[in-house]
Amino acid sequence: MQQSSDGAFVEFERVQKSYDGETLVVKDLNLAIGKGEFLTMLGPSGSGKTTCLMMLAGFETATHGEIRLGGRPINQVPPHKRGIGMVFQNYALFPHMTVAENLSFPLEVRGMPKAEREQKIARALDMVQMGDFAGRRPAQLSGGQQQRIALARALVFEPELVLMDEPLGALDKQLREHMQFEIKHLHERLGITVVYVTHDQTEALTMSDRVAVFNDGVIQQIDPPDVLYERPQNSFVAQFIGENNTLDGTVESIEGDRCRVRLDHGEVIDAVAVNVRAPGERTRISIRPERVEYNAERMPADAFRIRAEVLEFIYMGDIYRTRLDVAGNQNFIIKTRNAPDQRRLKPGEVIEIGWRVEDCRALDAA
Amino acid sequence: MSDTTTGQGGPVSAGGVMLAADGRPLKQSLARAQRRQRLRAFLLVAPLLAFVLIAFVAPIADMLFRSVENEIVPETLPRTVAELRRWDERSGSLPPQEVFVAMARDLQLAETRKLHTRVGQRLNYEYTGVSSLFRKTGRRLSRMGRELKQAFVGLDPAWGEPATWVELIGAPDWREAQAAWAARRARAGADAGPEPLFRADPAIAALLPQTADFYAAFARAIQTEDGDSPTEEAPWPLVYDALYRDLSGGADLSRHTGPHADLLRAAAAAVPGFPPVSIRDEMLKVDDGWGDVAMWQTIKAYSGRFTNGYFLAALDMKKTPDGIAMVEENRRIYLMLFWRTLLLSVGITLATLVLGYPVAWLLANLPARHANLLLILVLLPFWTSLLVRTSAWKVLLQQQGVINDLLVWIGLISDDARLVMINNQTGTIIAMTHILLPFMVLPLYSVMKTIPPSYLRAAKSLGATNWTAFWRVYFPLSVPGIGAGAILVFILSIGYYITPELVGGTSGIFISNRIAYHISISLNWGLAAALGSILLFAVLILYWTYDRIVGIDNVKLG
Repeated sequence: MQQSSDGAFVEFERVQKSYDGETLVVKDLNLAIGKGEFLTMLGPSGSGKTTCLMMLAGFETATHGEIRLGGRPINQVPPHKRGIGMVFQNYALFPHMTVAENLSFPLEVRGMPKAEREQKIARALDMVQMGDFAGRRPAQLSGGQQQRIALARALVFEPELVLMDEPLGALDKQLREHMQFEIKHLHERLGITVVYVTHDQTEALTMSDRVAVFNDGVIQQIDPPDVLYERPQNSFVAQFIGENNTLDGTVESIEGDRCRVRLDHGEVIDAVAVNVRAPGERTRISIRPERVEYNAERMPADAFRIRAEVLEFIYMGDIYRTRLDVAGNQNFIIKTRNAPDQRRLKPGEVIEIGWRVEDCRALDAA
Repeated sequence: MSDTTTGQGGPVSAGGVMLAADGRPLKQSLARAQRRQRLRAFLLVAPLLAFVLIAFVAPIADMLFRSVENEIVPETLPRTVAELRRWDERSGSLPPQEVFVAMARDLQLAETRKLHTRVGQRLNYEYTGVSSLFRKTGRRLSRMGRELKQAFVGLDPAWGEPATWVELIGAPDWREAQAAWAARRARAGADAGPEPLFRADPAIAALLPQTADFYAAFARAIQTEDGDSPTEEAPWPLVYDALYRDLSGGADLSRHTGPHADLLRAAAAAVPGFPPVSIRDEMLKVDDGWGDVAMWQTIKAYSGRFTNGYFLAALDMKKTPDGIAMVEENRRIYLMLFWRTLLLSVGITLATLVLGYPVAWLLANLPARHANLLLILVLLPFWTSLLVRTSAWKVLLQQQGVINDLLVWIGLISDDARLVMINNQTGTIIAMTHILLPFMVLPLYSVMKTIPPSYLRAAKSLGATNWTAFWRVYFPLSVPGIGAGAILVFILSIGYYITPELVGGTSGIFISNRIAYHISISLNWGLAAALGSILLFAVLILYWTYDRIVGIDNVKLG
């Protein structure tokens, strides 16, 4: 967990939030976001990520702790004085105003002269390729177009920090993926700081500089996407990010960063000791499906090998997805690239699979 | 064009009409397919439709018709109306003798048919005193023209015999039918049915037009009203007056060959020696009200089958010989009442809006549990009788009431300067605002419920203060609710009746109280209908204006 540093642009320090005075929705949150960073808060619903965003925007007050923006505490600053742009889940475009009026709104309340406003509106609309839609009402736009306008409205007054609360949740898959790239490119081009909330891990991995995984009011892990995916710190993160195979067992011995685990099924395997402290502890082994190999020619020399029975083979175009029975786990998934020399498995077949010890991580027993 | 276009999903005929699979035009097939559904939908609506038409639309249409209907005058006083047409009402002089004679005859008939008080009542709305004049005269009519009757009977006693008159005026075929009926009655008694309705002989009608007309009217009136027979009843003295007028008018009897031709000729010869009778003088003797030119002008002005008189009266105007004019200053009431109704309704609408808007906002934004409780509190007045609520306000607002007592007790006002809050406009406004508040709160609430809180948040995140966010974003979105609530409250209050009646005193009553007065006390339904129609048109015009300005599509009730 990253502690607040001097160079941070947004800081949460020991922030807690409770709605009813009995349970904490956010528990002791410490978070520092650098200037120009794209940080995503990822987590299941009810994990406290949206509450954090709302506290930052000023719509919720922190029960305890301090939130700083550019070094200045903003706990007591009302939302309209924070100068933070925000994109809402359902866009919240004002239905009684045209697109141009929506964009003009933040500029008008700042008392900007008309000529300057028009110039900025035109520029913001061009930025999201919606220059021709200034006279339309939000209801006359498609979901994707509304999304762009919402983005333009949050950016038109040139805030240094933009918050996005599941902005792509209402779009279909293809449009969503397209918008992900657009937002990412805008972020890169404008150099703004973005705090993005989503429960979609693909979105988080695709767009972010760093991802903070929330669960139960606590940040479970905050890291760049590759670290998060390849080196999850606990079984919640491993399970939540991407697909994951688990094998439960007990630690037999620990040696440096390696440990030996006896699976409940009887097998003994080696793994990277991430979250285990002493022999005798329960652990859960995590292996990513694409790191498991069954093709003998591609198997690394030092791979750990184990027998498995094929239960189901699914052809998915670019990959094969095979469900296996491995050490008693009947939901053991492996993913293989659809290459010309790749063999297609048949249900009932008994094969030998293997993985490198580095890809096998012993985490806490959830 | 090809014969079939698969892209359109069906074949197209040469004329370009889409065809269904069986070759019929698609539109026809669609109509057939939907006919059953339409019929079922109509049958579901039909009972209510019938109920509304019979119990609501028809009475309203009848009521509206009454605001222009004036048939009672031309139907009850047909002779007078005809004669008055020849009188120049602007001359300033009394109508000629013929008008008085016609009036006497009409009144005599109306009296027999017991209609003279009703037509008097009708004309009394337009000119005070007509009712009592008609009633008083009605009692004395049977004596008018007595001297003439005596003169005729003195000339020949046959003139006093009912049979003479029947034979003289009655059409021959009627006399035959009457004789047959009399024979039947002698045998069968009451089973013979009613006597054939009297008909005058066209020949005598040409010779003695006034006598034939009035005697026939007399005969029919006693037949239908009293169940008497003209063969047994001597005519009214006024019939002798009619005969006198026909004969002295120079009726040419030389070639008359009908029954009693000689009797008639003798009478014609004697008539110049009869005492001159002036019905006008006799009527003036009964009541000098008949000498009032303005009353005659009024009767002439209201002699048509339809009249705009009720509408004029409803707008404090009246007809004069010189055209339409305002009534005297001190008798104007309706325009003031309309104006007051309008102003107070606007005031009440504004008051409910000011009081209801925050409540609706709270309702829409509280957590569901608390909102429900508050909603029950808002609806509570709905479940209490209107009379109870209004009476409660009487208790609260009266000078010895709860509020005054409280104000005196805390020393805000002195005991001898208690506020007058009831039986005036204040009372009406307070009580009606309370009673109509739910009608404002509920539409507002249902509209506000649909405004997502994220709009306000978005506005604030864009830099708007609380007030700007409300005024520029929330308020415009709540306008449909304001429109619905305002229309509802305004239309309800403009026609409100019970509450102003109970707490309004004299200065706080509405036009509807006046309408009720005319419906149930003064029984001037025509005026009540005219007032109601004006109210209806006023509301429709306001509604139309509202539609033009705000757009009725923008009204949401939920």
